[in-house]
Amino acid sequence: MKPVIGLEVHVELKTKSKMFCGCSADYFGKKPNTHTCPVCLGLPGALPVPNKTAIEWCVMLGMALDCNIPLFSKFDRKNYFYPDLAKGYQISQYDEPFCLKGSIKLGSGKTIRITRVHMEEDTGKLIHENVNGQGITLIDFNRSGVPLVEIVTEPDFDNTKDVLDYLKKLQQIARYLDISNADMEKGDMRLEPNISLRSNTTNTTNNTNQQITNKLPNYKVEVKNINSFRFVEKAIAFEIKRQTEIIEKKGIPVQETRGWDENKQKTVTQRVKEEASDYRYFPEPDIPPIRWNDKKLLMIKKQIPELPDTKKRRFQKQYNISQYDAEILTREKTLADFYETCVNDGQKANLTAKQVSNYIINKKIDIESTLPAEIIKNIKALTIYLRIDESEIKKIVERVLNENKNAVGDYRNGKVSAVQYLIGKVLMVSKEKLEVSRVKKILEEKLND
Amino acid sequence: MKINVKHVAKLANLPLSQEEEKKFEKQLSSILEYVEQLNSVDTKNFEITSQITGLENITREDKTSISLFQEEALSNSKSNHNGMFKIKKIL
Repeated sequence: MKPVIGLEVHVELKTKSKMFCGCSADYFGKKPNTHTCPVCLGLPGALPVPNKTAIEWCVMLGMALDCNIPLFSKFDRKNYFYPDLAKGYQISQYDEPFCLKGSIKLGSGKTIRITRVHMEEDTGKLIHENVNGQGITLIDFNRSGVPLVEIVTEPDFDNTKDVLDYLKKLQQIARYLDISNADMEKGDMRLEPNISLRSNTTNTTNNTNQQITNKLPNYKVEVKNINSFRFVEKAIAFEIKRQTEIIEKKGIPVQETRGWDENKQKTVTQRVKEEASDYRYFPEPDIPPIRWNDKKLLMIKKQIPELPDTKKRRFQKQYNISQYDAEILTREKTLADFYETCVNDGQKANLTAKQVSNYIINKKIDIESTLPAEIIKNIKALTIYLRIDESEIKKIVERVLNENKNAVGDYRNGKVSAVQYLIGKVLMVSKEKLEVSRVKKILEEKLND
Repeated sequence: MKINVKHVAKLANLPLSQEEEKKFEKQLSSILEYVEQLNSVDTKNFEITSQITGLENITREDKTSISLFQEEALSNSKSNHNGMFKIKKIL
């Protein structure tokens, strides 16, 4: 049996204001219900007006994921009742989203098709508590209406490794575009894998070129709102095992929504999946549609910086560094930019891009607290050691050994620490700065001759 | 046209008595029949639209404005606790 996995990922945008009102979208850790207004509290008569920047960022992400951007798009209401949704509906996009049909190429070379990228609003936060022995639920609407982009893939994954690679790439792209912090721990990125199993039995009894049936399984299990890459890995592994057991007993797993329970290390039933029509989507009457033209789309496209994969390839070629090094250096845009500044500065000091990358990677430089100029100075200092000829050092060592016969005698009589004294002498005699480990090695060779 | 009122009521989160169910089933059916008359109009030369204002691209700049005070936000709530709306436990 082969897993069939698709992904829905929600990414919260880091706009200043919310999606449909001017309340601050910077809600994390703020006093509850202090970032609200009639629009995001869903009060009657309030008029939502979409955030231009959020829409442009959604389109930008779509473009970075190679999507088509239809010239016409609109918002829709998705109706359902849940206490975190003040209006009784979420403003989302149904049949005419901002972005359609994109793709991401994974490290393995496999391409994951992206079905759509659309814009919607986040919900409030629910807190379940026990007060005086009574179970209550508390609602904080600060998060209600924060812009959220949903990225939906086709069920193109068949293993967890690819899922994780995809998620990391998506996170990296969102950060390169500078549209989201994509911080899992703060809930900026939430993951919903849907998982089912396809039996890979081919008809081998006759000799016709029977193809493996590419039909999708007739059920899928969605695991909701996972906020860590590690949990997504565990949830998928658990589901594959759980569903395999059901199918091996000739059953069919129930189509449903489950949640990952980290304490129990398993997925648990949340609700049996409603059909899409149960959301009674209809066009949002309060928000006029969005129409693009080529000029506007071009302006958004121009804001897209060089993306990780392109940057990685360029680094390899331009700076003659390994794929591995290029990968590390482009993981975050800030590091990549830092590296390029160092390379430029280094050129003036006759350092190669390779020397710079080796230093930054091997020394695990903290770019927050180090200036490019320091990096160059440090590499220079290292290379000066190296440029001193071995024979130069040997000459000095010979001289020091001749002038310190007592210490040499001590060493040869077993007083190993005498070597430290001799190293000090060599360093004193030398006009150039010498590397202690190199001096020690040469000294010991001579002493043990 | 027959309507599943129970289902519709459930989706709309409306508790209906049996009498109401019967009553609304009739009413909703006749409303649908009434609206169905639109199907007889020839719309061949019309573009589909979901907006009749003619407006497009109504957006706002990404600027923050002043929010309500917590007390204001909670002022219409039936019950609140620690600055949050309080409801019966839902899990």
